[in-house]
Amino acid sequence: MTECQDIELEQSRRDSLYRTIRLIRRFEERCLDLVKSGDLVSGIHPCIGQEAVATGVAAALDGEDIMFSSHRGHGHFLAKGSDPSTFLAELLGRANGIDRGRGGSFHPSDFTRNIYNATGTVGHSAAIAAGAAWSVAQAGTGQVVTCFFGDGAVSQGALLEGFNLASLWRLPVIYICENNQYATSLPVGAAVAGTITGRGEAFGIPSVTVDGQDVEVVLAAMTGAVRRARAGDGPTLIEADTYRYFGHHTFEFKVRLDYRSEDELARWRCRDPLEIAAGRVSPQVRSEIDADVEAVLDEAVRFALDGARLDPADAQEYTYTTGPQPRAGAL
Amino acid sequence: MPRLSYLKALNRALGDEMDADESVFVMGEDMNFALTNVTAGFLQRFGPQRVLEMPLSEQGFTNFATGAAMAGRRPVVEFQIPFLLLLVFEQITNQANKFRLMSGGQTSVPVTYLMPASGVRTGWGAQHSDQPYSLFAHMGVKTVMPATPTDAYGLLITAIRDDDPVIFFGPLACMGVREDVDYADLLPIPLGEARLHRSGTDVTVVAVGQLVHDAIAVADELAGEVSVEVFDPRTIYPFDWAALAESLQRTGRLVVFDDGNRFAGLGAEVLATAAEQMHLVAAPRRISRPDAAIVGASPDLDAGLLPTRQQLTSAISAVLKG
Repeated sequence: MTECQDIELEQSRRDSLYRTIRLIRRFEERCLDLVKSGDLVSGIHPCIGQEAVATGVAAALDGEDIMFSSHRGHGHFLAKGSDPSTFLAELLGRANGIDRGRGGSFHPSDFTRNIYNATGTVGHSAAIAAGAAWSVAQAGTGQVVTCFFGDGAVSQGALLEGFNLASLWRLPVIYICENNQYATSLPVGAAVAGTITGRGEAFGIPSVTVDGQDVEVVLAAMTGAVRRARAGDGPTLIEADTYRYFGHHTFEFKVRLDYRSEDELARWRCRDPLEIAAGRVSPQVRSEIDADVEAVLDEAVRFALDGARLDPADAQEYTYTTGPQPRAGAL
Repeated sequence: MPRLSYLKALNRALGDEMDADESVFVMGEDMNFALTNVTAGFLQRFGPQRVLEMPLSEQGFTNFATGAAMAGRRPVVEFQIPFLLLLVFEQITNQANKFRLMSGGQTSVPVTYLMPASGVRTGWGAQHSDQPYSLFAHMGVKTVMPATPTDAYGLLITAIRDDDPVIFFGPLACMGVREDVDYADLLPIPLGEARLHRSGTDVTVVAVGQLVHDAIAVADELAGEVSVEVFDPRTIYPFDWAALAESLQRTGRLVVFDDGNRFAGLGAEVLATAAEQMHLVAAPRRISRPDAAIVGASPDLDAGLLPTRQQLTSAISAVLKG
């Protein structure tokens, strides 16, 4: 087991954690509106309900630390400090997006915040993150690497190959499994033999399950994991127990899948990460933060919708760093 | 003048780049014993932090190289068997090769995949004998397959220095090819530049890998009878279309000598492009492995699947009549 620090947080820190959760929640709700209006064409994988995980993880990191996100990754970006305006513009596929419209909602990256990417092949970031961790360890930079994935990923062999390499060489990488209970429609109990933490323990990785709805619990587990990683003691696996309130992807608004009961949803909503964090800030601060977040998001929506559309003639720009100009599909 | 083998050229190029650039390192299986000899002497020379022994975990360590590259290193990943590229097709084509575009140019992934091309090791079995170079070209991964020691040296240097993923196929059948070289003449060779091994006026033969040497032999055999231009693209992707157009401007006749499978292979691509855009006075031909070729169990059966000099000679006379 990894150590879980009991931390008495300063009030300003608690205010800040609440602000991040609120920002993610409202950002995602704005995205749902933009999906419905047709402006966010790809749809999104909403992380509403899981905000405390991203927030607690990022709060334990320095700006230089590296992050690998997942397809349900908007919260990771916002928590690590990505600019909501250019990030939203990216989701809309606009020229002023953070990846110039080439990453979109599913595979963005933000190198200004050392977020390397959000790979679409579930579980494959584990070994990519190990490689990045090896590089920074060799260079002696003191950076740590965090790698997010969901419960679905723990059945991928490629993930386990990453665990093996990370543990074998005691690399400074922290694996965060956001166990939101479903891989699309498949409940975790029907997919995972043994346990998620057992996957880590099998490779000698200290592994812990924490309450992913309480940001301070996540932060405490991360604080211990970051200390281990920086000290050269190797990887940690944190399984954060959490829940997504919406479907795997917004297409579920159209294709009603009946894999979760209303009771189950209601039970999880009773432990809403936003309300848990809000309970630790004063009503006055809360309303100030809420107003500030709305102002930031009003600006983000304006910035994104005003963003220039991309030119189809530029579709292959950035394919290569140097050399070949790909031939056109029609002469 | 020293005799340089293809294998030794790979060893020399990799060693020179590791000397020149601290960020270059090599990783793969059986590194501690330099099983393939590509990295012979490296463990002593560069130490275990730059010669990484990998567990039998190809998907994992191919992804590992991607992460190491994004964080500032220049990995060279050595594979022992070409079919492993099918195992890591995802990691190369869907991960490493897309990250630059997906980031809108924020990152690059400078990984070199050093791969023996089949070539073929007789009887090594159906799962050790494919030639998947066309697949990677199809997916837009920079792909080189030099035929000579000098070209192997120059293109491996360039592949390592390139800021994007590059797959380097070194045909096993070429490993023993030797050339007299002055080491001072060993220079980087740009990607996408073809080489004419023989100049000719009657027919252009596009050959790759070990087939270049067969094509040269056929050209020499036919000399005096037919003037054969032997065109070695050296880089499969990006292909040197300008040089091919120039060659066909002279000859107007084309045969492609390709060790891949026929359907949607390199031969198909070269013929289609020549037919669309270049000067041809006769219907072009291609020699390749058959559709659906599964090579490698029995030398007798392989003889029915692998391209031969005889087939090339027949194709040359067919396009001359056409």
